[in-house]
Amino acid sequence: MPSPRTLFEKVWSAHEVAPQSADTPAVMFVDLHLTHEVTSPQAFTMLRERGLKLRRPDLTLATMDHSTPTRTEQVFGGAPITIDSAAKQIRQLEQNCAEFGVELLGMQDARRGIVHIIGPELGVTQPGKTIVCGDSHTSTHGAFGALAFGIGTTEVGHVLATQCLLQKKPRTLAVEVAGRLPAGVTAKDLILALIGQIGVSGGTGYVLEYRGEAIRALSMEERMTVCNMSIEAGARAGMIAPDEVTFDYLRGRPRAPQGAAWDAALERWRALPSDPGAVFDKTVHLDASALEPMITYGTNPGMVVPVSGRIPARGGDPVFDAAMKYMGLVPGEPIGDAPINVVFVGSCTNGRLSDLRAAAKVLRGRTVAAGVHMLVVPGSQSVKAAAEAEGLDEIFRAAGAEWRESGCSMCLGMNGDTVGKGEYAISTSNRNFEGRQGVGARTLLASPETAAASAIRGRVTDPREFLS
Amino acid sequence: MKPITVIRSRTVVMPSTNIDTDQIIPARFLTTTVKEGLGKSLFADWRYDADGRPKPDFILNRPESAGCRILVAGRNIGCGSSREHAPWALVDHGFQAIVSTEIADIFRNNSLKNGLLPVVVDEATHAWLLANPGAEIEIDLAEAQLRIDGRDPAPFPIEAFSRYCLLNGVDELGYLLSQDAAISAHESVAPDARRSG
Ligand code: SF4
Repeated sequence: MPSPRTLFEKVWSAHEVAPQSADTPAVMFVDLHLTHEVTSPQAFTMLRERGLKLRRPDLTLATMDHSTPTRTEQVFGGAPITIDSAAKQIRQLEQNCAEFGVELLGMQDARRGIVHIIGPELGVTQPGKTIVCGDSHTSTHGAFGALAFGIGTTEVGHVLATQCLLQKKPRTLAVEVAGRLPAGVTAKDLILALIGQIGVSGGTGYVLEYRGEAIRALSMEERMTVCNMSIEAGARAGMIAPDEVTFDYLRGRPRAPQGAAWDAALERWRALPSDPGAVFDKTVHLDASALEPMITYGTNPGMVVPVSGRIPARGGDPVFDAAMKYMGLVPGEPIGDAPINVVFVGSCTNGRLSDLRAAAKVLRGRTVAAGVHMLVVPGSQSVKAAAEAEGLDEIFRAAGAEWRESGCSMCLGMNGDTVGKGEYAISTSNRNFEGRQGVGARTLLASPETAAASAIRGRVTDPREFLS
Repeated sequence: MKPITVIRSRTVVMPSTNIDTDQIIPARFLTTTVKEGLGKSLFADWRYDADGRPKPDFILNRPESAGCRILVAGRNIGCGSSREHAPWALVDHGFQAIVSTEIADIFRNNSLKNGLLPVVVDEATHAWLLANPGAEIEIDLAEAQLRIDGRDPAPFPIEAFSRYCLLNGVDELGYLLSQDAAISAHESVAPDARRSG
């Protein structure tokens, strides 16, 4: 009998071109390389300087998302892109893809979108694959039982040239989530609660496997929200074993295997889940049934409390004090008193159709509070089209929110969609770092439901008030 | 990449924990298509006021920080975004080593690939470094030791392969390219076999 193995170990060992030794790291083969305009230009330059070719254009897919505009007239109407350097970066990606033969889902492509949204949508994200991208939220794809993680630009160059990466084998951490999420409590709340529990470096050096009843009960889109934020706990990757939910999601997607190839793939994929008795280096536990809607109050995603809770009073800790000063919030006060200026619904964490439906459900027939600016940015053009087909855009517009073309947008404010200095934003994205959404911007991370409820009240609000 | 052997320098100390790569280099500076010139934007939002003038009390703007090549930071520096612009900016500014008790995974990887040495030391050494900003210290890569006068040398972990690359100023791509035959052999195996584990 072979010894029981974890999901991670199965995917890892199937991709070892050369195993790790005392002197050298493992050489790991990459099945899918996703790339975008911000972290690739210097890698293509390196190829050019060294006279190297792209080894596997067929395993490489490019899109543009980070610095792209979200205003329709700029995406489709020929209006100039406001930031010159962003426009240059976009043109550079077009040139690089043309020169090296990379498929690009460009500015006006109906399949364009945030790189971590379109991989799953197209069905290129599949169980058992190794997937990398010059972007830390590549962890999202782990929701399918892929080993997926972010890399730097030098490594983007390595993959372009060799389709391989040098890797040190990470350890494994089982995240056992018991129970079921109560009504009104979402996958976003689950992952925020976990990061609050283990801390922003609690996963450093590990690949996380999310397990247990609560995880099995999540939809594919919810699983992506959970895996997306694995990096916020410092983890190398997050994974969830593929099951019928995974297969149902992938079946019939444009780039998923079809026919006999589908049947063969299913057989492979069913063998991937961790074997009974497989050993993890470490285990943490979380009880989903005890969770509440969560929101961050500080300047990293681990600084999080239930929306009904109070900001902790931890005076005297200089890092905590600095975060409170930046946020302009008072330790010990209820977070529900915090005022809101901006609400952003979107990003690779919560910019999928189910997220927009959740926000729309709260907003339907209601309006955004006076003085609050709400921006809804679908995660991809496909999400946008699907949302419009069911009239979600009308609900948002009627409530007083703005409806845009897809992209990263206000998640990181590279394209000019920013939060003003000192303003409070409730954001469905993944990082509340200082200045993440604009210089001096103050970010509170939450679920789409909490964001929408807070938009209505103009302050942090428990969405369950609107969901009964 | 220049070979690194011994780095001797005074330290710049930034004691904050969880200094993320958005602080090291804010996103609005990422619309560049080259690696050079990011040093002036290093820690931009902490370093300059709204009008772009240097804030005199920020550590990098103080005269004693000039010429320092070692940055000592609080626990978990480099968390967040995978942007390699963070080590590019640190190197462009003149840093050659980052010292902490914990260095985030992707940032550590990116640093190694740019001749920026990530040095993870024990709590006691770290506490001493935080308490003695501006101290002249020595980081010896061949010995994998951080040395402070009058104290026992503090060893730090570094993979043999990364150490070899840094000591010799060679990059990892050459090694990967030399694996061509093994990569081809792997590619020739049907994806079924490859992916079934
Ligand atoms: S939406 Fe935000 S976190 Fe996701 S890829 Fe874009 S910038 Fe990164």
